[in-house]
Amino acid sequence: MNPFLDERWLAAHDEYHRLEDYQGSTPRWCSGCGDHTILTALLRLCRDEQLPPEKTVFVSGIGCSSRFPHYLKTYGFHSLHGRALPVAEGIKLRRPDLHVFVTTGDGDCCSIGTAHWIHAIRYNMNLTVIMHDNHIYGLTKMQASPTSPRGLKSNTSPRGAYLDALNPLTTTLGVANVSFVAQAADWIPEVLHQLLSAAYRHRGFSFIRVLQRCPNYLPTHFDAWLQDPNRILLLTHSQGLQADAALARIYRNQCEHDPADLNRARELSSHPELMPIGILYRNEQVPCYEDVRRRTQTFTPEMIARVLDEEFDQFTVEPWVGAATVAEPNPPAPARATSPSLNLEAGPAQPRLEPASEARS
Amino acid sequence: MVSNETSAPGGRGWPTNGKPALELKEHVVEVISDSGEGAQKCAQSFAAVAAKMGNGVWTVEIIPAEIQPPARSMAGASGNRIRVGSFYVTNGGDQADLVVAFNEQVLLGRLQAAEIKPGGIILLESKWATDPDAQIAHTYCEVRDRLRSEGYCLYEVPMETECLKCVSDARRGKNMFVLGLLNSLYSQDLDISQQQIVQTFGKKGAKVVQANRKLLEAGYQWAEANLDLKFRIPPAGITEPQIVVNGNTALALGIIASGMEVCAMYPITPATSASHYLSDVFEKAGGVVHQAEDEIAACCFAIGASYAGKCAVTITSGPGYSLKQEAIGLAAMGEIPLVVVNVQRGGPSTGQPTKMEQGDLLAACFGTHGDAPKVVMAAACIEDCFYSMIAARKIAETYRLPVIVLTDANLATAQQPFVRPKFQKEWVAPPIDQSPVPPGVRPYEWEARTGLSERFIPGRPGGIHTLTGLAHDRQSRVAYDPEVNQEGIHHRSLKLAAFQQTLKPPGVHGEDEGDLLVVGWGSTRGAIEEAVDRLRAEGEAVSALHLTFLWPMPSGLQEILRRFRKVLAVEASWCDRLEDDLVTEDNRRYSNLAWLLRARYLVDVDCWSEVKGQPIKPGSIEAALRSRLAGIPHRSLDPALTPSI
Repeated sequence: MNPFLDERWLAAHDEYHRLEDYQGSTPRWCSGCGDHTILTALLRLCRDEQLPPEKTVFVSGIGCSSRFPHYLKTYGFHSLHGRALPVAEGIKLRRPDLHVFVTTGDGDCCSIGTAHWIHAIRYNMNLTVIMHDNHIYGLTKMQASPTSPRGLKSNTSPRGAYLDALNPLTTTLGVANVSFVAQAADWIPEVLHQLLSAAYRHRGFSFIRVLQRCPNYLPTHFDAWLQDPNRILLLTHSQGLQADAALARIYRNQCEHDPADLNRARELSSHPELMPIGILYRNEQVPCYEDVRRRTQTFTPEMIARVLDEEFDQFTVEPWVGAATVAEPNPPAPARATSPSLNLEAGPAQPRLEPASEARS
Repeated sequence: MVSNETSAPGGRGWPTNGKPALELKEHVVEVISDSGEGAQKCAQSFAAVAAKMGNGVWTVEIIPAEIQPPARSMAGASGNRIRVGSFYVTNGGDQADLVVAFNEQVLLGRLQAAEIKPGGIILLESKWATDPDAQIAHTYCEVRDRLRSEGYCLYEVPMETECLKCVSDARRGKNMFVLGLLNSLYSQDLDISQQQIVQTFGKKGAKVVQANRKLLEAGYQWAEANLDLKFRIPPAGITEPQIVVNGNTALALGIIASGMEVCAMYPITPATSASHYLSDVFEKAGGVVHQAEDEIAACCFAIGASYAGKCAVTITSGPGYSLKQEAIGLAAMGEIPLVVVNVQRGGPSTGQPTKMEQGDLLAACFGTHGDAPKVVMAAACIEDCFYSMIAARKIAETYRLPVIVLTDANLATAQQPFVRPKFQKEWVAPPIDQSPVPPGVRPYEWEARTGLSERFIPGRPGGIHTLTGLAHDRQSRVAYDPEVNQEGIHHRSLKLAAFQQTLKPPGVHGEDEGDLLVVGWGSTRGAIEEAVDRLRAEGEAVSALHLTFLWPMPSGLQEILRRFRKVLAVEASWCDRLEDDLVTEDNRRYSNLAWLLRARYLVDVDCWSEVKGQPIKPGSIEAALRSRLAGIPHRSLDPALTPSI
């Protein structure tokens, strides 16, 4: 054995997780899919934060983006279409010690799982939610999604999508207890990584929408933004995104935005032309549901026994001393078999009561 | 005028005051009023006193459909039916023998529903006879006279007048007056009622307790002085302390006792009261009730909590159960322990939310798409509601699958005392395992014989995997290979076989063989067995078999079924009637259990059902059995018991 590798060194080394330590099976996404960038950014996040893999859970729904947990070497839960959030909430409530991430898509989150999304914002549990938004259903082969812009041609809207797109940012910002909203784009990986970090570090429900390219079904959909960086509005702030010189050179359209300013966040995210990238809103003061519902007691059989006893006391009927004075000296155990009802015969005639001894037994 | 009217019609052979009480085997008593007049509290107290006196008791809630129905309306009857017996009472019985009504309209509602025995005893508040509204007074007198002429034994009781002697607001005191009256009628110990009042009103202060005691005594004395009725129902020989709760409370207590820590639910009638009670007490024991945004979320939340910890539970009723189906399939596929309680109500669709039906058995067994093995069990009485939670939790964790527990609206609100449980540590789930997983062990290391494998709860080093609802291999990797898919289905199915081997066949109620075997499940048990006993007393070779485990069923059933000449499933789920013109043996739709038994055991199981929303009465079953028996040639009647003509 190498004399330089003493036990302490080994222990320290063992605890350090490298990027590869978080890598799961080989991703099966199409080449050029924005999900690859998001995966890389999350691998970096896990490594940077040194998340213990066995204490980290990635939960997803169904869709291209929801294959995510399979490609990581942490605990994962690839659940049902639209239902990642309630599964993640159950995990987090029971196990606040786990780091819980949710990866979901625009169909999963903003269509079939909308009810859960809205309420998850309100619960404000400490979850990091990455919503991959490519404006299209990919896994089911190109149907319009709620975030597809009007006019987008798809297999279910061959003459163009009929409705205006749902705006996930303004929707999230409109729900009670919203505590963190950010927007990133897969083609600006440095910003994506920075925003994911901020989302993870925020204690509460961190919602980050990542605009994600689908090279297979909408290969040119985001070209306008890719080709003209001025259509992107970089939101910078000392408490938010920091744009370094290289980034600032490309994305000249910047504005200082205080993430505490909710009204301005709503305004920015509903801009018809500009795509805001950065932290739109953050409020650390919103209570987390798992804290509100935190168990005040440690769960032990003794405690259950005590609570049951207290409750049983309230419902207990102690037989009165006279109750035991039945005919038999040793009253038999209550028999399952019952006796038939009394012969109070039907009919409009006078009621006729028979003493019990004559009743059928 | 009122005082004259209040005396009972004489000369009817009733035992009169001062004479020894008439001893009864049982009586079914109803106390009904408008909502908010306290009939429920009165009836429940009466039941508690009866239970304390050692009687067998079963109570049924009478609930109007609306929260605030109009006063004096037939549909607005609110109260309780109490069956008191000198034996262990297992169901609500047949029609009521005696009813106390606070106005004639609620009484008419019950009469119309055929819940009152023809010629039965009626105690009716008489104040309406002199109501300032001439229409009301007229209606009251008309109903009173008509019922008397129809043979009902109707007594007028000046409740309001008598109560006003004790308190200023009679509307809030009548119920305790009536309790005192019932105590007198049934020769109950007034001291027990006094204690009951202290228990019920103690928190409201000495003044309230005093006022109610005064009303109680007034009711008692009025009955002693003015009624010529006096009954005594001997005790049933129950000597152990009893718990008096309804089925939903028993479920909640069972959840606490089972050591489950998370209950996720969405409000739905008639299941919600279990969560009300649990919300109140669960936190004291370290548990959480989560009210989710919908039924699907409630199920998925429970699945998440189960996946990361101990088995969790979700409680619902029919419509919610339908919504949870996909998630139940996920629990089956991912092998996540889960307990789902379905407090059945009338269906399909919104159906009858407050009414009893047993229509969800097949949905519970087969509802999920694909092959999703799960255990389905049913509670037959209030005590079962408690213990079923402990059993379900254990089965779910041992076999890593969803366990569906079926109860119904009848059990949800009925009360039946049962022996106070003695807590056992084994009921409680052990602490979750966070130890490292030995190298090489996979998350679905299916045992070849049983399909069982160890569960890796997040936090366990070495156990990292991604649980998925997709077909997967032992490593929980997505199965692209057809062999792997079949292997998974095979092993998940084996778990049910392994579980089934642990089940014992249920005992037959009655003889092991005979002419007719009545098979049932769930809350109909008491009524079925009572009907069977009535016929057995006449010498008929009838027996009953009641199933707790519906899926899978225990071994040995086929042998039992084949020992009878005819097998009849009796349940509150629809079956086509052969007397209908177009119904034939080729197209007849059988009731839920009949389908299961026919498919499994190749026995020609007939069925009889009633879906009126009310608990099936033993009398109705008795009549059905009689007609089925009539169709069996050369019955083996016991000559010793056959009534001679």
